[in-house]
Amino acid sequence: MPGNIQSIERAAAILRLLSGRNRRLGVVDLAGELNLPKGTVHGLLRTLQHVGFVEQDKDSGKYQLGAALLHMGSSYLDGNELRTRALNWSDSLAARTHEAVRIGTLHDSRVLVVHHVFRPDDSFQTLDVGSLLPAHATAMGKVLLADHPYAADELIGQGLEAFTDWTITAPDRLREELTLARERGWAWEVGELLAGQASMAAPIIDRTGRTVGAMGIVGKAERLLTTRKPRAELLSYVREAARAVSHELGAIPW
Amino acid sequence: MRERYVAAVDQGTGSSRCLVFDRAGRIVSFSQREHRHIHPHPGWVEQDPAEIWSNVEAVTGRALRDANLEPSDLVALGIANQRETTIVWDRHTGQPVHQAITWQDTRTDRLVRELAGAGEVDVRKITGLGFATYFSGPKLRWLLDSVPGLQQRAQDGDLMFGTMDSWLIWRLTGRHLTDVTNASRTLLMNLETLDWDPEMLELIGIPRTLLPEIRPSAEVYGEARGQLAGVPVAAAIGDQQAALFGQACFMPGEAKCTYGTGGFMLLNTGERRVLSESGLLTTVCARVGEEPPSYALEGSIAVTGSLVQWFRDNLELIGSAPEIETLARTVEDNGGCYFVPAFSGLFAPHWRSDARGVITGLTGYITKGHLARAVLEATAWQTREVVEAMTADSGVSLSSLRVDGGMTANNLLMQFLADVLDVPVVRPIVAETVSLGAAYAAGLAVGFWSGREELRSNWHIAAQWLPNMDSAARDRGYRKWRKAVRRAVDWLDEEDLPQDS
Repeated sequence: MPGNIQSIERAAAILRLLSGRNRRLGVVDLAGELNLPKGTVHGLLRTLQHVGFVEQDKDSGKYQLGAALLHMGSSYLDGNELRTRALNWSDSLAARTHEAVRIGTLHDSRVLVVHHVFRPDDSFQTLDVGSLLPAHATAMGKVLLADHPYAADELIGQGLEAFTDWTITAPDRLREELTLARERGWAWEVGELLAGQASMAAPIIDRTGRTVGAMGIVGKAERLLTTRKPRAELLSYVREAARAVSHELGAIPW
Repeated sequence: MRERYVAAVDQGTGSSRCLVFDRAGRIVSFSQREHRHIHPHPGWVEQDPAEIWSNVEAVTGRALRDANLEPSDLVALGIANQRETTIVWDRHTGQPVHQAITWQDTRTDRLVRELAGAGEVDVRKITGLGFATYFSGPKLRWLLDSVPGLQQRAQDGDLMFGTMDSWLIWRLTGRHLTDVTNASRTLLMNLETLDWDPEMLELIGIPRTLLPEIRPSAEVYGEARGQLAGVPVAAAIGDQQAALFGQACFMPGEAKCTYGTGGFMLLNTGERRVLSESGLLTTVCARVGEEPPSYALEGSIAVTGSLVQWFRDNLELIGSAPEIETLARTVEDNGGCYFVPAFSGLFAPHWRSDARGVITGLTGYITKGHLARAVLEATAWQTREVVEAMTADSGVSLSSLRVDGGMTANNLLMQFLADVLDVPVVRPIVAETVSLGAAYAAGLAVGFWSGREELRSNWHIAAQWLPNMDSAARDRGYRKWRKAVRRAVDWLDEEDLPQDS
């Protein structure tokens, strides 16, 4: 068996350290941990930065995992943390819109439901937390894919499954839809997953500007839409709530 | 017509918060700030009243600014507060004479034992409580005995005592008063007359001149000064009673359990005072204006959420409280591990101040994931003990449990709770029931809401967890839990008791 490549081993060790409890480290910290000269570590960091695997924080000069790496891996923000942070605003959104609220994160090109508030009409409903939804057929999924092109490419590569006659299955149409979602800062769908049902969602953004989740409402198309468009009032509540959660996340010191 | 709002200050054990609600009971704005906990000795837990007041000012200001509101947009301000925490201040300078002694503080252990052995007085019948370090009266007595010169200043009428509600109301309006729910936690109030009880004052040794006037939970106490100038301060209610109010449990037989630092289950018993045979407390539910008061049975659990904080801060196995669910889900079950968090003794239904925490069932197999499970499960098992006591005292068995508080964001815990209680667990659409309850009480006092029916119509189910555990597993787990509790009690010896100077 040929020997391992030393510089890749060292780069991996850096990434492992940056994914640990201290999510931000300086060159000196890393050099100390790895028992390597500062110059060597600096060289490795420069290459890792070039491919987007690490980023340097402007204020502190310290290094952290980069967006490209985070997009490749599983969900970056702990879903349980997200739910806790979002609890008040998701309740408020359900109360305002009289619809069910869900929060989702991207998980292997699908949407993992991390939080669900029942439609407040006291009818029997079951918790969806933990279930996986197709990303291209839900408003939450479109919002998440819009900011995660790697995940969108992967999903398109696997083929877009049709759930109803209205599911978007053509890659170009999905890409257009994602561009639109990115520009507008929200997404919607009607009957693309389930006939007669509609959903709308907006991104939850963290302090670095990344979309870490999507928050939206889901319900009967006739209640959510007017002349085949999302009702403006409901949409503004959804966007306001997602903004409030984003604001809340901005306060988290990473 | 211009939209009006009610603000609530929730001055809790861990933080001070301000929430603004609209007429439909929806949150319009929210601000929170944590304060320090001071641990001068093991078992002593203090907070700084001046820091808390400045936090309350900061969060109310911030909550209004965030929603672009002026004080004139508020019809009223209601206060919900951590209960029993004891403050004494100088009526002339406004300066606290000592840090606040919190409800978790066990320094009065020896004093409480002496009081319990002292006499003929039927404490349970008069106050609905038993002697425990939990309640304010003995904390106040400790201050009088321990801070030099305090006895004399008290005799001279220079001092004011209050729980957190009194401190805030005095700061806000300049009036020295408390509400019936807070007063019912002092061991000094007579549950029937709703006034300070001469026999209890005599027994514990408290001069009446220190004490605030006892008022209803909902009435206009006065107008706020300072940044909230002109806003009627219209409610004060202990945080657990506030949560019961916020859950719209207005009728006898309705119950809720709130999970914050500790866990608190309250069952509304209407105008009937039920004296517990099973280790529960009898307490005042609320009193709205001149209406007759309603009462509640309460099961207080000292440590629930604070165990997760301890796991985060002292063991550093997680970076944030919600991560405990992520860690717990790395394993299938508790691996046989049980954690009895008797950090300051055990509260309901055991009331054992000689208990201390234990982790049992440890083997080489146990990982941090199993410990995380055991931490969460401790909350559920403790709830089951309290539920059984409620059933024994009231004769009513639970058909579902209404829950609220921060820990309801933990799905694993809520599911496990439904499993071990074998009833559905229901979370209402506003998890912030403490603040909502304070807002409801204040809003009722100023006529913002027409009555309880309007408030009840705001209550909706936001989530429900259904039991899904076979009864053999449930029984086995509970049996183990009770064995673990037996290992926690009778730990403290006489020589471990704090020395009163």
